[in-house]
Amino acid sequence: MQKWIKVLLSALLVTSIVGCSSKGGVDENADADAKANARNRSGKYGKYGAGGANGGSGAGGRYGSGSGRQDAGPTGGVLSERVIYFGFDSEEVLPEYQNIVSAHAEWLAAHPDSNLVLEGHGDERGSSEYNVALGERRGLSVSRSMRLQGVSDAQLRVLSYGEEKPATSGHDEGSWQQNRRVELFYPPH
Amino acid sequence: MLRHFGIMLWLAVSAMAITPNVRAELTVDITQGAEGAMPIAVVPFQQPTLPGDTISEIVALDLHGTGKFSIMRESQLPERPVPPTTPDFPVWQTAGQEHVVIGRVVSGEGAGLVAEFVLYDAIRGVSVLSERVPFKPSDARHAAHKIADMIYKQLTGERGVFNTRVAYVAASGYGNDREYRLVIADTDGEGDRIVMTSPEPIMSPNWSPDGKRLAYVSFEDHAAAVFVQSLSSGDRHKVSSLPGINGAPSWSPDGSELAVTLSKDGSPDIYVLDVASGALHRVTHDDSIDTEASWSPDGRTLVFTSDRGGKPQLYTVSAHGGEPQRLTYDGSYNARGVFSPDGRSVAMVHGGQGGYKIAVMDLGSRNLRVLTSGRLDESPAFAPNGQMILYTRKDGGLDQLAVVSVDGKFKQNIRVKGGDIRGAAWSP
Repeated sequence: MQKWIKVLLSALLVTSIVGCSSKGGVDENADADAKANARNRSGKYGKYGAGGANGGSGAGGRYGSGSGRQDAGPTGGVLSERVIYFGFDSEEVLPEYQNIVSAHAEWLAAHPDSNLVLEGHGDERGSSEYNVALGERRGLSVSRSMRLQGVSDAQLRVLSYGEEKPATSGHDEGSWQQNRRVELFYPPH
Repeated sequence: MLRHFGIMLWLAVSAMAITPNVRAELTVDITQGAEGAMPIAVVPFQQPTLPGDTISEIVALDLHGTGKFSIMRESQLPERPVPPTTPDFPVWQTAGQEHVVIGRVVSGEGAGLVAEFVLYDAIRGVSVLSERVPFKPSDARHAAHKIADMIYKQLTGERGVFNTRVAYVAASGYGNDREYRLVIADTDGEGDRIVMTSPEPIMSPNWSPDGKRLAYVSFEDHAAAVFVQSLSSGDRHKVSSLPGINGAPSWSPDGSELAVTLSKDGSPDIYVLDVASGALHRVTHDDSIDTEASWSPDGRTLVFTSDRGGKPQLYTVSAHGGEPQRLTYDGSYNARGVFSPDGRSVAMVHGGQGGYKIAVMDLGSRNLRVLTSGRLDESPAFAPNGQMILYTRKDGGLDQLAVVSVDGKFKQNIRVKGGDIRGAAWSP
């Protein structure tokens, strides 16, 4: 019960912040719901995302861009995480994903010869080219956060796929949550 | 009954074996019939030299697919005259038919064939159109589409579009087997041909005004790039691959320029690219999202999507640049605007609580009319005669191409087998 209230409160807080900073918020309640759901899901994101540092196994019905590919990035603990999820129509990096962003930023700052591609994705709703633009905003949001933590601009590249590479194929809110994401990809040298 | 008839027709069409190795990816079925459609009977053509009972069925399916005709079921035909026999007009009048088409296939020059047909006005009891269409035996489908075009033109006064094509992207497979295919097909989904395949996404195909080239977005180099590909030679050129988004290509009406979306300067903006020289001209300068530009038929105006007002809405701007004007105010989401061929209306994706639907705005009255009732309808594209709109829809997990008449009264699916459909474009 206490946890649920905490989730709601923080969701509302985030919503009010996003409400000021983000263009294009569609429905504040839907936004809050999405964020609360994103929160409840945190901790098991590895199941849907790029599947960990070595590319993952591509199990189940998912067909995200991360499956099976070689990744030259760091592993171990939070550095093995490769996916950051977003609320509906939002590019705000939610607090529970800040540790992933920070860990990778710290690693990149210490490894200036390494590069990171921030792959932005959206859910399938709405027009596909507009969703490419929304996916780019998510990638740029993570990029900004990393640069504030000392990563060089030259190490980061944002690539938006919009709705074209869904992590999961369903047509419901549960699937859409898994598809609104930025995947971190360290291209092999 | 209409539905049943449609399914029967597409089963018949699917089962046809003109070229047995070609298995169409698409089939057509009717989802909603139109009120007040013109009753017409298409009597099976006599075609002893052409295997399969094909031409009249394709003609009937084409006409039905416009929503302007009500086709008499074959089992209910009161008689089956073959030229030069004339129909027994009182019998057709009693059967409620206003027009009757009869025909036959005869030998032409060399190995060629000729489809002869006559269109009768059954009420007045006169022939209104009589034509001979030569064709190669392997090309019976296009001969049938040509006949349908002639009949359509005669009875509606408008150009028929049965010999035009659609382009779309189909994606299938999982993980490393995921494949994106850029496909072109006849408007009934037959005769499909893969233009290119890639393990990375392909997006937003757009036909050049002469119908000879496609512009599209490909992520094959793990970056977005705009390509132009010749359909006859297969030659392709990367025309835009700047840092960031290279998207939403749209040919200018004279075929010399492409409107594109580029984010090289920070946020996505509209640019006009001279295809021959590569020269870029920036059209919008806002730090919001500006994307999905489409040209007015006179080449003077672009309609595009922007969230500069907070939510995605359509704006118009001079193709030379200048201050954009907001076009849409109905609802919280209007995107992917495209001008009708006569320039008098704009079709779009109209979103809201009930999902994303195809809508049309009349530019004179500014009235917005919602045409479809889907949850995830996208990618509107006008037929070259402006009478139908092609779009993509998702229904029960099944991705489909569909068409809707511009009055919203008639809808028809062009169903994909084994793939997600992404993007749709109708050839000139």
